[in-house]
Formats: sequence, structure tokens, C-alpha cells
Amino acid sequence: MKTNKRSFSGLGQLLIPLVALAILIVFNIFRDISFFSIDLRFNNSGNMVLTGNLVSIIDSASELAIIAMGMTLVTAACGGQDISVGAVGAISGAVFVKVLQGMGAITIGTMLIAFALCCLATIVFKLFNGMLVAVFRIQPMIATLILYSCARSIAYWINGDATPQLRNEIISAIGKTIPGIPVPTPIFAVILVGLLLFLIFKFTSLRLYIQSVGINEGAARLNGINPTRIKLISFILLGVCVSVAGLIGVCRLGQLNHKTLLVDIEMDAILAVAIGGNSLGGGRFRLSGSILGAYIIQMLTTTLYAMNVAPVNVKAYKAIVIIIIVVAGSPVVKNKLTALWNRLRSGPARESARKEGVS
Amino acid sequence: MRKLFALILALAMVFALAACGQTGAAPAGDKAADSGLIKVGIINLDPSESGYREANVKNLTDTFTKENGYDATFVTAPTADKQLEAAKGFITAQVKYILVSAAETTGWDEVLADAKEAGIKVFLFDRMIDCDPSLYTAAVVSDMRQEGETAVAWLESLGLDEYKILHIQGQLGSAAQIGRSDPLTEKCAADDKWTIVREGTGGDSWDANEARKIAEAAINAGEQFNIVYAENDGMAGGVVEALDAAGITHGVNGDVIVMGFDCNKWALRELLAGNWNYDGQCSPFQAAVIDKMIKTLEAGGSIEGLNALNQIISEEKGFDAREITQADIDTYGLGE
Repeated sequence: MKTNKRSFSGLGQLLIPLVALAILIVFNIFRDISFFSIDLRFNNSGNMVLTGNLVSIIDSASELAIIAMGMTLVTAACGGQDISVGAVGAISGAVFVKVLQGMGAITIGTMLIAFALCCLATIVFKLFNGMLVAVFRIQPMIATLILYSCARSIAYWINGDATPQLRNEIISAIGKTIPGIPVPTPIFAVILVGLLLFLIFKFTSLRLYIQSVGINEGAARLNGINPTRIKLISFILLGVCVSVAGLIGVCRLGQLNHKTLLVDIEMDAILAVAIGGNSLGGGRFRLSGSILGAYIIQMLTTTLYAMNVAPVNVKAYKAIVIIIIVVAGSPVVKNKLTALWNRLRSGPARESARKEGVS
Repeated sequence: MRKLFALILALAMVFALAACGQTGAAPAGDKAADSGLIKVGIINLDPSESGYREANVKNLTDTFTKENGYDATFVTAPTADKQLEAAKGFITAQVKYILVSAAETTGWDEVLADAKEAGIKVFLFDRMIDCDPSLYTAAVVSDMRQEGETAVAWLESLGLDEYKILHIQGQLGSAAQIGRSDPLTEKCAADDKWTIVREGTGGDSWDANEARKIAEAAINAGEQFNIVYAENDGMAGGVVEALDAAGITHGVNGDVIVMGFDCNKWALRELLAGNWNYDGQCSPFQAAVIDKMIKTLEAGGSIEGLNALNQIISEEKGFDAREITQADIDTYGLGE
């Protein structure tokens, strides 16, 4: 019995997203197999690029996947979500552009300095959120609503310039492809951030601490964990994720528009966390689930594009599919499915025996 | 404790409201009459919309200054309702002139009639309004339809076998969008060789990212197109990002012809580099003309040189990537 349950919460958490992904893949195989074709072409700057819908999905979902990872940590530690990620992303983009412009030339060195400063600024804003949540114990959604509504104006103050253009080889190397490497660079950014978090969890006990704070704060405190500090750390890590996503967003278009940079990404990020089977109430979490969730959302969007749905209408169709995924992953349906699974596996006899044992 | 907190919040709200009231359209009202400055209210669109708008807003703020004899209040709002609200505010504040670049061409009749009744003279700049010409003194505008026609004529002069167009529209309902869209859609309706493969809008902020998504969607769906007709530079840039990501060549020797509008410097440089093919000019410098007209009126003179619609049309051209020079960029380019 016990082993059964454990295996469910292990791979089981990923069951729903994996099934959703499989359905999307099978659907596309029957709809149009050429959806999966991948091609190697040369673009205008003479660079080799991998093209095709699959590459487009993995590339376009990069910002979402990165933010979803940070969102997972905040969700797990605080039992709530940060809805200001997109708006604060605009600030980090604005700081990045401002610093770059201030230094004049765009070189790898100035880029690194600009990124470090934009990271710092983003972390400060995220710590503001974290303080409201961890110290003042304001409901996360309310606390982050403040920056959600005003951060884009702050981004505008930082960079009063309307839509600054950054047309440069280094910028396009980050936003598109590095010459000689046909894989879009944002994909590497996802891997890098994922690796960073993996290493942090491998060499520290942060994962355990975050989960215990999320599951029971009081118990965690009694065991010598400082919940405030853990929550603040989760916000700092989210800040790093947001600044990387902001950087990619700016470099992708080679321009900064404080109104539309990473717009609406917070909702998709929360969705990615939920689709990934993580509890939005905090506690146990799996980063791989959230990353998978991000790719599912993007695959859904691209599938809809491929079916000639206009970008403005995509949200409505997406909502229908997401309702199905979220309901399928809800505890009620999950428990019913588990019961069904157990009955099928162990046969009716053992099932009834189990019932007797319980009563 | 909780009550105290609520009380503080409520007080904070009241103060915030009071502060808002002060920064509205009413300020500096009484001071101006004494100082002999001309009171004008200027309603424009959001500078973040595009490089064009940025240059336009800057042109106005640089011209209508205290040193130049004006007491000017600027409002930048992206939507029609906020603009109308600002206009009503200006009428209440009894400005002498109102300058408008309208987000939408319709819905202005009532407000303009009110302004006329109050003895306020209205100048339209950059964008026309759909109303009786007697409701405004003069309109200093670009002929957006002419811009569209010039672009379509240029496209036709290429003599392609087929025209499969990805059409990225601006803010739907704006004069710029209608003027630039209509000649193209009419041509496509009249000529079998011309088809619009995909049509989409960059939305109220003429957004490059929206344009990129539309192009990405068309590419994902396997649509074949050989022309990108984007109604401003930013959106053309967004489409080009999607083309680059999909390994589709564009520009002078490329598979896809890229067309934009506004003539930002960075866009003209793309032309010079051969990455784009065409950019249509749209002059944002109307302030000097309006300034001159107001000064004439103040001196008791009358305005001359208006057409039947009370318009003064800015002269504009289109640039071809095969002919553009660095000198053109320096002369006609906007921004940096």
C-alpha cells in the first residue's frame, strides 16, 4: 500500500502533464505529421538556424519556462503566487537597456555589467514583494498586486525613451542564434537556469527547507528553519529567473517596449506550475513538472497557430484545453483515478480486502 | 488595530485622489492670463507607441514652450475615451487653442462643437478626424491614404508574378491604419495576382511583439508569402525577427519583401543594409506649422493655403532599399 502511494506522488505528479503532452503529440501526428519536421536553413545574416515547429515551441517557451521555475519555488515556500513577474520583467529590461545605453558601446563586458545591475534591481523589487509576504504576512497575490499594477510605469520612468532600439550582433546572438550554432540561444538559457537550480538543490538543503516551510511553517520553525529567510530566498531566486527572462525578451526583438515586454506571462507561469502537478497551496514541488507545463502551454499555442487560429483568438481556445488539463489534475479527479488504477492493478479481491482493512 | 489600518488606508486614498485632481487638466489656469502666455492644450498619443510618436511628442514639447510664448498642457493618452476626457478638461480650463492627434477618427463631433461654442480654436495634427471641417480651424496632417497609395504603387512597379502578402495592420480605426490599409485591400480585391495571405493587427500600441506572433503563426501554419506589408517600422522589425528565426531570407536579394512606414533611422539603416526593401515616410514635424498659424491668428491675421477640408498636407516620400543613401538617412530619419 505505502509503496503504491509513494510511486504515485513520485512519477504520478508528472502523469497528467505527460499525458497532456502525449495527447498533443498524437493529435498533431494525425492532424499533420509535417508539424514535426525540422529543417536546417540559412537566415539573412548567413547564420545556420534550426527551424520547424518543434524548435519554435522550445525556443518561444524559454522565457515562460525560466519564470515558471522561479514561480514554482515561491509557490512552494509561500503557498501563493507572485503575479508581478511580467511587470517587474519590464523593469529589469529597462534597467538593462538604460545601463547599456549609459555605457555607450555594446560589448560582452558592458553586457555583463548591465545584466548584473539589472539582476540586482530585479532582486530588490522581488525582495520588496518577499518582505510584504514573509515579514508582513500579506497574502502573496495582494502583496504582488502592487508591483503588478505599477511596475510598468516604473519601467517607463527608468527608461523614458519610448521604444529604445538595440541593434547589435551580441544582442541578436543572445536573442536569436550565436553564429555557427544553429540552436536558438534562449534554449541554452533555460538549460543554464535549470542547471543552476539543480546544483543549488544538490549541494544545499534548500529544497527540503522550502518544502517544509510550505507544508508547515510552525513545524519548520520548531526544527530550526527560519521561514522568513527561506521565503526571501525563494523570491531572490525568482528575481534571477525574471531578469534572465527579461534579458531574453529584450534581445529577441532588439528593442524595449515597457508595455509589452513579458506581458501576461504571470498567468501562463502560474498555469505552468499548476499543469506541472505542483500544489498552488505550497509544499512539495517538482521543477521538471513546471518546465514541462511551460512547454505544453507553448505547444498548445503553436498547434493552434498551425490550425490557422489568429493570435488574438488563441487565448479563448487555449482556455478550453487548460480547463480540461487542470480539472484532470485536480485532487478529486486524481483520487478517483488512483482508486480506479489500484482496483485495476490489484484486482477486485484485494480492493475489497483493502477496504475491510481500512474500516 | 484592523480598524486603524482601514482608516489609514482610507485617508491615503483620499489624499491620492486629491493629488490626482491637482495634476489634472486644470492647473496653471489663472496664472496664464496674467503672464500674457497663450494657453494651449495638446492631446497626443502615448510616446511609447513608436519612434514616430516619440519624435512627434518631442517636436511639440520643444515648440510650445514658455520661451516661445505658450502656456501648454500636454496629455498623452493611447485611447479615444481618455483623449475625449482630456479635451473636456481643456474646455473647462478655458484654454485658447486645443491641438489633437486622435486615437480614433470618429466620436469627436460633440466635444469639438462644445469647444467651438466656448470660442476655443482646434487644430488637428498628424491624424484626421471624421467630422465637419468647420469644427476645426486647420488640420496639419499627413495624407495617410497617399502614403498607402505610394507604397502600393511601388510594390506594383516591381512587376512580380504573384503578390502573396502578410499584412500587419496598425491600431484598428486610426487614420494611419485606414489610410495605409485601404489602398492595399482595394488592390487585392481588384487584382487576382494580389492576395492577402494573413492579416493581423499589432494592436493599440502598434506592437512589434504582436507582429512577431502573427508572422510566427503564419509560418507555423505553413503559409507561403513573399511580401510583408507592415504599417509601421516597429512591427516590420517584429516580423523580421520571426523570419530570421525561421531561416527565411528577406530584403533586396531575399525571398520575402519587407515594407515598413515612418522612416525611423534604424529602419532606414536596415534598408541601406539591404535587409528591408521599402520604407514610407510619415512626417512627425507639424509643430512649427501650427505655431506659425497660431501666431498669425494672435496677430489678427487669417490662415491661408488650406484645402477644402481645412488641411495642410505634409509632403512625404517612399524610400527604396536599392536607391537609399546615407544622406537620406541623415535628412529624413527619425530618432537615433
